[in-house]
Amino acid sequence: MSTHSLEDRFQSRVDNEEKIEPRDWMPDAYRKTLVRQISQHAHSEIVGMLPEGNWITRAPSLKRKLALLAKIQDEAGHGLYLYSAAETLGVSRDEMLDQLHTGKAKYSSIFNYPTLTWADIGAIGWLVDGAAIMNQVPLCRASYGPYARAMVRVCKEESFHQRQGYDILLTMCQGSEEQKEMVQDAVNRWWWPSLMMFGPNDDASPNSAQSLKWKIKRFSNDELRQKFVDATVPQAEILGIQLPDPLLQYNEARGHYDFGPIDWEEFFQVVAGNGPCNKERLAARVKAHEEGAWVREAATAYAEKQKNKVVSSASVA
Amino acid sequence: MQKEIKDFILMLADNPMILGQRLGEWCGHGPILEQDIALTNIALDIIGEARNYYAYLAEIEGKKEDDYPMLRKERAFRNVLLVETPNGNWGDTMMRQFMFDCWHYFHLEAMTKSNDERLASIAKKSIKEASYHLSFSSEWVIRLGDGTPDSHEKMQDAVEHLLPYFEEFFIAADFEVYSQQEGISPDLHVVKNKAMAKFRNVLDEATLAHPQNVFAKKGGKSGIHTEHLGFIISELQYLQRAYPGVTW
Repeated sequence: MSTHSLEDRFQSRVDNEEKIEPRDWMPDAYRKTLVRQISQHAHSEIVGMLPEGNWITRAPSLKRKLALLAKIQDEAGHGLYLYSAAETLGVSRDEMLDQLHTGKAKYSSIFNYPTLTWADIGAIGWLVDGAAIMNQVPLCRASYGPYARAMVRVCKEESFHQRQGYDILLTMCQGSEEQKEMVQDAVNRWWWPSLMMFGPNDDASPNSAQSLKWKIKRFSNDELRQKFVDATVPQAEILGIQLPDPLLQYNEARGHYDFGPIDWEEFFQVVAGNGPCNKERLAARVKAHEEGAWVREAATAYAEKQKNKVVSSASVA
Repeated sequence: MQKEIKDFILMLADNPMILGQRLGEWCGHGPILEQDIALTNIALDIIGEARNYYAYLAEIEGKKEDDYPMLRKERAFRNVLLVETPNGNWGDTMMRQFMFDCWHYFHLEAMTKSNDERLASIAKKSIKEASYHLSFSSEWVIRLGDGTPDSHEKMQDAVEHLLPYFEEFFIAADFEVYSQQEGISPDLHVVKNKAMAKFRNVLDEATLAHPQNVFAKKGGKSGIHTEHLGFIISELQYLQRAYPGVTW
């Protein structure tokens, strides 16, 4: 069958909402797009452990400490499912890690911002996980089967994290003036980077149309960003805090909230490596990997010895 | 409740609490993603166990569970020195964990028969987790001890460095002697025999030499700690100290 007709058949399967599975024929560009997107997503989960991990030893109560540990552990788990999903496309976890460590692969640039106070842990749960959920729920219907299935599990846990984050902020907002100020300050710093998580505006996002056609994406960046703003504003009102955007207001005619322009210069600078913590985040990942090398080598050597023992005892028998 | 028994419960709580705090430092920095997850799991289990003891004390004394980890001073902590030692490399952490697990598992086993029903029930719940922790850390000690020449050397260094801290678990503090007379805490000789037998077997299987002429380092149970504890609790207690009396 010619490539052309293979592509036609592939597209018609996608159009019919059939799942594409690892052994099915797929266009190279589809495979590459998925590998890039899924591995970036996996790396984001792993790098995302760092800013939150910054507060494990300082969590304010045992209940919060346990919830934070469990949350970060969930993120490591998401990284695992996603690396596994990407592996079904013919790329190994080692290769993906190598791309992360050498700076070839990206991760969500939100994790290049610092967590300065405890309220940041709440704000990450509420805003960052909230934005992630908006992005990720439609991915549960992505055309590539292993990705879609991984995302179903990820989304269940993410929505739990978002509620936890919101609960941290709600508790603080019902507390002292200092606690409320801490929440307001954290939201001031995390609001705009959270809006940037949806990626560039649609007219500046050249790959989006193809991803929509392949049903990897279901909504455009701007559509998702709008949904997020619409869902989040009422939640901010319950907290009794101000979102840091003087242009934010409900537009009756559109039935949506209008919001101010995003500072894309900041976004592209952070993506390019110039954010507040890019170097620290990558250095922490590289250090963990390098310092773990002897452990991985020893584990392999031990497993090899055990295998040989089994073989030699089998040959004696 | 007698002060000695409260001190004993504090020791049961502070040991896993401080170790859990140390394990939390690894989260996101482990050598292998799967092991990062496993170690965080252990941290969750043992901090959860500590919380059960603190909650018990809180009920008796009309306090809050967080008052114990968050508002006591250095000298009031009753944990052994081993759990305060820095994480070092993954091998040091596994060796420290293995020593802790040897005590923890066999001590819990005995505690399931404690006269104090609440403590016995916490022990029954925790021993299932402790059994998993003991197999996990035993396997890692064996894997690394019998892995490569480099990993063997690192594990031999770890056992030499940490063994002086192991004995303290089995040296009865006054509050343990008292609690044992009340049938609340176990005979540490029995716990020690079982724990040491397991310890020696695993060291042998890991092809590691048993250090000789070890002089025990102790003091934690009576509140004489290492210099590390002050820093550990500075982080642990930071928010409660900086913003007294608020809810988080």
